[in-house]
Amino acid sequence: MLFLEQPPRFLFFTGKGGVGKTSIACATAMQLAYDGKRVLLVSTDPASNVGQVFGITIGNHITGITSVERLFALEIDPQAAAQEYRDRIVGPVRGLLPENVVKSIDEQLSGACTTEIAAFDEFTSLLTDTVLHADYDHIIFDTAPTGHTIRLLQLPGAWSSFIEEGKGDASCLGPLSGLVKQREQYKTAVEALADPLRTRLILVCRAQKATLQEVARTSQELAAIGISQHYLVINGLLPQSETLQDSLAKAIFAREQAALAAMPAILKTLPCDHLQLKPFNLVGLEALRQLFTISVSPLMVKADKPITIDAPKLSALVDEIAADSHGLIMFMGKGGVGKTTLAAAVAVELAHRGLPTHLTTTDPAAHLTGTLTGRVENLLVSRIDPDVETKRYRQQVLDSKGSQLDAEGFALLEEDLRSPCTEEIAVFQAFSRIIREADKKFVVIDTAPTGHTLLLLDATGAYHREVSRQGGSTGLHEITPMMQLQDPKQTKVLIVTLAETTPVLEAVNLQGELRRAGIEPWGWIINNSIAAAHAGSLLLQQRAQNEVSEINAVAHHHATRYAVVPMLKEEPAGRESLLQLIKT
Amino acid sequence: MKKIQVFDPALCCSTGVCGVDADQALINFSADVEWAMKQGVQIERFNLAQQPMAFAENQIVKLFLERSGQEGLPLILLDGAIVLAGRYPSREELARWVDITLPDAEDKPAKSCCSGRSCC
Repeated sequence: MLFLEQPPRFLFFTGKGGVGKTSIACATAMQLAYDGKRVLLVSTDPASNVGQVFGITIGNHITGITSVERLFALEIDPQAAAQEYRDRIVGPVRGLLPENVVKSIDEQLSGACTTEIAAFDEFTSLLTDTVLHADYDHIIFDTAPTGHTIRLLQLPGAWSSFIEEGKGDASCLGPLSGLVKQREQYKTAVEALADPLRTRLILVCRAQKATLQEVARTSQELAAIGISQHYLVINGLLPQSETLQDSLAKAIFAREQAALAAMPAILKTLPCDHLQLKPFNLVGLEALRQLFTISVSPLMVKADKPITIDAPKLSALVDEIAADSHGLIMFMGKGGVGKTTLAAAVAVELAHRGLPTHLTTTDPAAHLTGTLTGRVENLLVSRIDPDVETKRYRQQVLDSKGSQLDAEGFALLEEDLRSPCTEEIAVFQAFSRIIREADKKFVVIDTAPTGHTLLLLDATGAYHREVSRQGGSTGLHEITPMMQLQDPKQTKVLIVTLAETTPVLEAVNLQGELRRAGIEPWGWIINNSIAAAHAGSLLLQQRAQNEVSEINAVAHHHATRYAVVPMLKEEPAGRESLLQLIKT
Repeated sequence: MKKIQVFDPALCCSTGVCGVDADQALINFSADVEWAMKQGVQIERFNLAQQPMAFAENQIVKLFLERSGQEGLPLILLDGAIVLAGRYPSREELARWVDITLPDAEDKPAKSCCSGRSCC
């Protein structure tokens, strides 16, 4: 493994949920400990199973791993850290201020940015504590702060007024206000992150086209703020040997190899390791030891009977949707779960049934939807480019509001506008122009703002007022986008996920946020399921076996109604293959 | 010298860009506060999302919040008594409260549409 050669003190693994960061971090920690190094493994993964992997309970304090000499671990729960962080600010006024005021403050501090900053706050001392550094040769983190967080911490303006004078003014950031450590300590921590002699950042991903593009953006973003020591690990590659047994395996193999060949140029220059898909769960020392080996011992593969699952198909959900004859259908989920494909399939099916439908997507290259325009009766296709919308929104705010600011204030405004919330707001504003059509026909949208964003948009009431004013009405009978989304008769939100631990957990969090905003998700779709695909490959069958418990959890605990869509041999494109997807 | 206290509504991003629109009034007011401080005016700001304790500890502010709700913010106190609520004061108002004569030259063209009590 290239990333294991001459490792510096700090190793950070970064990548989106479900790519295997925690497993790789655990295996790395174990490897280094076996090499005679004293190692501390820090997990800030909300789905952390480090304890489970090593068969002990860890939690929020440094714990020795009994089965591996010289290895210690610590689990930081970012949600709990964020809660503590909110409690520091909100706790003292609970019961003193009106309840809805307290609730609104709580919401302001409930965004993804706050969670991330709270987690960073928790492990800052690990990066700066020289006493601790004497105890460990290596400290390994299974997550890394995003560029947005690091830039916030670097901005002088973000600190000057609040931290030093204890006063909030217009140039002082909400999410930073609960930080407890000294400015100097954050500065040192950020410096340690940017020092290639001390820190190595390992980007973990799967061999998927969109994922690789996303990783390339992350790499560029981090390089731009001075964190430039990057290694790449491509995890879960299907071995060629599996393609002999199975046509699905053959298709997946070909797709992965094509994605690797088309890898963005910036990634091709990075030191890169490939890890093959393993047939077993990465729990226990023996499994971890095998993660970095190329060939899997045949004993590890259990030849179970092929999985058959009895799950509802997407067509059953479409039957229910179609019965209403009009309405807003929104697909929600993390990037890469297939929202655009599913939204297009549902829209094409509705149109096919003779129901007027407007499909609006954020599909960046219009690969999928480009083939539909004008080809399907009753279907109107439009596209919103998130990049264009976000740039326009940023520029508009900077031009109109930034002109009177000094350099620091301007930089701060610019950074606020680079927060992940901004894109959501910009896209949602673009969408809100279209969703009003949903009282006459179906409007299908392949994305939805998170509950947090909706609550922020709504908290000020500004959105209601804005809409009422533009509508020129008294506002009394005006239906705002928020009200429209909350009404199950008008809107159905479908949560899309994959049958894997972390993606399901992330979907559960999304659902919790929507509920906070008064929106009850109508149904769930588990996409790209191998269990539903009847694979012939033994390796894929084992993976299918692992999916069953996740599918059951969605069916019995999380979803009111759900459907499972199998992994397909080819990415669907065009009318026929999308109609086919509904039925499989 | 008279003391001005400003109780701001809760803001996620200070600039308000998390809302539907960045608030020009907020940005203008920040510039006015900066100006007032340079004139030696004692002026303090409290953000509901960041220093809620300041709201809870001041009986006048606390009662205002209970009656009017956070939608009634901002609230501005002059020497502990309410002088304005529901909007930010103009530079002219700030000057009048603390008895500073505002030179005409200080009047920025950008504010010409917002002069006096009506804010755009």
